[in-house]
Amino acid sequence: MKIGSGKHTGYGDVLFKAATFLSALIFSLAMAGVAFELARSSRLSIAKFGFGFLWSQAWNPVTQDFGALSSIYGTLVSTLIAMVIAIPLSLAIALFLVELAPPALSRWVGYAIELLAAIPSIIFGMWGLFVFAPFLADHVQPFLQKFGGFTPFFKGPPMGIGMMSAGIILALMVLPFTSAVMREVFSMTPPVLKEAAYGMGATTWETTSKVTVRFGAKGLMGAFFLGLGRAIGETMAVTFVIGNNHSISASLFSAGNSIASTLANEFTEASDPLYLSSLVELGLVLFAMTLLVQTIAHFWLRHLGKTTGGRQ
Amino acid sequence: MRTRSRARRVALDYAVRAASTVSALIGIFFLCWILVVVIHRGSAALNWDFFTKLPAPPGAEGGGLANAILGTLIMTAIAGAIGVPIGVLTGVYLSEYGRGGTFASLVRFTVNVMMGLPSIITGLFVYTMLVVTLGHFSGWAGAVSLVFIIMPIVAGTTEDMLRMVPDSMRESALALGAPSWRTTLGIVFRGAKVGLITGVLLAIARATGETAPLLFTSLNSPYWPGNLNHPTGNLTVTIFSYAMSPYPDWQQMAWGASLLITVGVLSMTILTRLALVRKG
Amino acid sequence: MNEKQPIVSEGGENQIEARTTLPSKITATADSRSKISVRNLNFFYGDKQALFDNDLEIRPNKVTAIIGPSGCGKSTHIRVYNRIFELYRDQKATGEVVMDGENILAPGVEVTELRRKVGMIFQQPTAFPMSIFDNVAYGLRLHYKMKKSRIAERVRKALESAALWDQVKDQLNKPGTALSGGQQQRLCIARAIAVEPELLLMDEPTAAVDPVATTRIEELVDTLKQDYTIVIVTHNMQQAARISDYTAFFYEGYIVEYGPTRKIFTNPSEKRTEEYITGRFG
Repeated sequence: MKIGSGKHTGYGDVLFKAATFLSALIFSLAMAGVAFELARSSRLSIAKFGFGFLWSQAWNPVTQDFGALSSIYGTLVSTLIAMVIAIPLSLAIALFLVELAPPALSRWVGYAIELLAAIPSIIFGMWGLFVFAPFLADHVQPFLQKFGGFTPFFKGPPMGIGMMSAGIILALMVLPFTSAVMREVFSMTPPVLKEAAYGMGATTWETTSKVTVRFGAKGLMGAFFLGLGRAIGETMAVTFVIGNNHSISASLFSAGNSIASTLANEFTEASDPLYLSSLVELGLVLFAMTLLVQTIAHFWLRHLGKTTGGRQ
Repeated sequence: MRTRSRARRVALDYAVRAASTVSALIGIFFLCWILVVVIHRGSAALNWDFFTKLPAPPGAEGGGLANAILGTLIMTAIAGAIGVPIGVLTGVYLSEYGRGGTFASLVRFTVNVMMGLPSIITGLFVYTMLVVTLGHFSGWAGAVSLVFIIMPIVAGTTEDMLRMVPDSMRESALALGAPSWRTTLGIVFRGAKVGLITGVLLAIARATGETAPLLFTSLNSPYWPGNLNHPTGNLTVTIFSYAMSPYPDWQQMAWGASLLITVGVLSMTILTRLALVRKG
Repeated sequence: MNEKQPIVSEGGENQIEARTTLPSKITATADSRSKISVRNLNFFYGDKQALFDNDLEIRPNKVTAIIGPSGCGKSTHIRVYNRIFELYRDQKATGEVVMDGENILAPGVEVTELRRKVGMIFQQPTAFPMSIFDNVAYGLRLHYKMKKSRIAERVRKALESAALWDQVKDQLNKPGTALSGGQQQRLCIARAIAVEPELLLMDEPTAAVDPVATTRIEELVDTLKQDYTIVIVTHNMQQAARISDYTAFFYEGYIVEYGPTRKIFTNPSEKRTEEYITGRFG
C-alpha cells in the first residue's frame, strides 16, 4: 500500500504497519539472541576443551573434565529407536485414517491421536517412570533377553529404565505429529490419480505404495524431519526414564543420558563456572542439531505450500 | 499363474490393512493407558487440602499444592500477556505485509525454528539473561521463558489463519475506502476469529504443561507466590522434584498435579477442536 | 502468491501480428460529457507491460461492457479506476484517467474519497463476516458520522435498490455469509451503492453465480444504470450483448475497438473484433 496515497489513510496505516514490523523484528532478535547468548556462555568450556568436547566420553565434575559424547550418543540412540518405531507406525496410521476407515471413525481416531500430541512431556515421564518402565522390566525385557541375549543389544540387568524405554516413549510422543503430517499428505493426493490406479485393478496397498507415497514423497520426508526435530529436543519424558548415567553402551537395557536429560538433571548441581559452561555448551550442541533439522524441514516443506501442514 | 499372483497381492493387501488397523489401535491403546493411569493415581491425591494448603516439609504428611497451582496460573498469564500480542502482530506482519521480501522470509523461518526449539534451550537462554545477571531465580524469568513457547505458536497460527481469508475480501473493504489497518483489524480478523483464538488457546495449553524452561528460571518454592522476584512455585517443576523424591506421599501429590495439568491441557485442546469443528 | 499474474499472451506470431496491425481504436467520437476519459493509459506488472496506450470514454448513466479473451487486460484496466492496484508494490499505471474533470491518477488525490465514489463488485461474492445490516452499513460507517436511524434508512434503500430487501428484511441480523451466492452478490451491490457512488465497476459479477441469480443480477444492472454509471467486465459475450449500451473490445492489453454495443456486435469495424465476436478465437 503506497504510504501517504491519501490523507486519511496515511497515519493509521503507517503506525499499524510499523507496529507489526517492530513485532517481527523483536521476534527475530529474540531468536538471534538465543544463539548468541548460548555461544557466549559456553566460551569457558569451548576455550578449555575445544572441538574435543564433542567426542570426549568424560564427564567428571570432580576432575573438571567434561565431554559431550555420552550425551550426544544418548540423544542419537534414543532418537533412532523412536524414529524406527514411529515412522512405520505413522505411515500405517495415516493409511488407516485416509484410506481404510469410514469418515466418522477416521475423524474420531484422528482426534484421539491429536490428544496424544497434546499430553505434556512430563506426564509421559511420570507414566514412563512409574508404570511403563516397570512393565518393561517385568514382562518385556526378560523375554527379549531370553531370545536376543546373545546380541549386544539386550545385555545387562533388565531394569526397565534406560535407553529402550526412553526410545519407545519418544516414539509415542513423535507419533502424533508425524502421522498428522503424513495424513495430510495422503489426503492431498488428487483423487483422480488414485482412481486411475484402482481402475486398473490395483489393491489399496499397491495404490498407496506406488501412487500416493510417490506423489507425496516430499511431504513424507518433511514429516520425518518434523518428528526428528521433536525427538532430539524432548526433555522431561526422557529425563524421567533414561537413567541419568554418563555411559556409552550398546545394550538397549542400559541407562544413559541425552543432552536434554543431562541439562535437566544436572543443572541445579552445577556449582562452578566450568561445569555450568560445559552444560551450556551441551545446550549449544543441541541447538545446532535442532537448527539443522529445522532448516532442512523448513525448506523441504516450503515447496509444498501451507496446506500440507507446514506448521503443526 | 496369474491367479496365484493375484491371490498373493490380495493377501499382501489384507496384511497391510490389518497392520494399519492394528497401528491405529496401538496409538489409541497407549493414549488410554496413559490417561487411565493418570486419572487413577491422580484422583487419589486430589482433595480439598490439595487445592488450598501449602506443601508440608519433607517427610511430613499432609499439605497441598495451592501455591503451585497459583504460580503456574500467574506465570502462564504473564507469559500470555507478553507473548500473544507479539505473536499476533508478527503473524499479521507476515500475512498482510510480508508476502514477499527477504525480511519476511527470515521472520517466517525464525517462527518455524522457534516453534521446534527444545524448551530447555530457551530456558537456558533466559537463565543466562535474567537469572545470572540479576543473581537470583524469579517468577518473572519463568514467565519470560514461557513467552518463547507461546510466541511462535501464536505467530504461526495467526499467519496461517489470516492467509486463509481470501484477498477479494480485503480488496472489497479497500474498494469501499477503508484504510489498510482497518481492513485488517475489522474484516480480516473477524473472518479468522475462531482460528486466531484457537491458536492462542493451543499456545497457552502448551505453555501450561512445560517443565524444562522453568527448571532454569523460576525453580520451585513451597511458599505463596508473592513477589515474583523470587523462585515461584509451579505445578510442573513440583511434579519433577516430587516424583524423583523418596517420599511416597510426595509422589502421590506428583500424580495429583499430573492429573490437574493433564485435565487442564486436554480440555483446552478439546475446546479448540470443538470450536474449529463448529466453524465448519 | 496473491499478486495478480501479469498477462501472458498466447501465440508468438499472433502477438507480433496484433502489435503491427492495430490502428487507432476509438470509433466513437470523444464526448466532453463523458463520466470517465481515459487517455494514454499504460500499465505495468513489474517489468511486464500489461496495458498499452488505452484510450476510452465511459458514458454517464450507461452500461459499458468490457470484453475480450482471458488475460487481455480487462480486469487490469478497470482496477485502475479506483486505484485498487496500488495494494501491490510492483504494479504501476501511467497516463490519465479523468473523472469529472480531475485526473484520479495524480498524486494528492484523496483515495478514500475516490473509492467512495467508485464502487467495485468482484467475481467472488465477498460478504463480510458480519450481519447483513452491518455489511450494508459498513461503507456508511466508514465515511460518515450518521445517526442510527439514518443508517437504517440508507441500508433499507440500498437493499431495495439491490432487489434484496424483501428477502432479508426480517433477518437483517443474520450473517451475510449465510446467504446464497447470488444473494451475497446482491448484498455486495447493496453495500457498494449504500454510500451513493457515481460509478460502479463490476468484474465478472455473475461468473461464480448460478444462472437464475445471473438473470436477476442482469435485471438489476439494467435498473441501476438510471442512477449510476456502470462498467462491467465479462467474458460472456451474450451477457455483454444483452445488458450493455457500449462495448469495448480488448486484446492483449490494447483496446481494439469501442463503440455502441449494437454496432460492435452486428457490424464491427475491426477484423479482430469480428473474429472474436464470431467465436473464431477466445
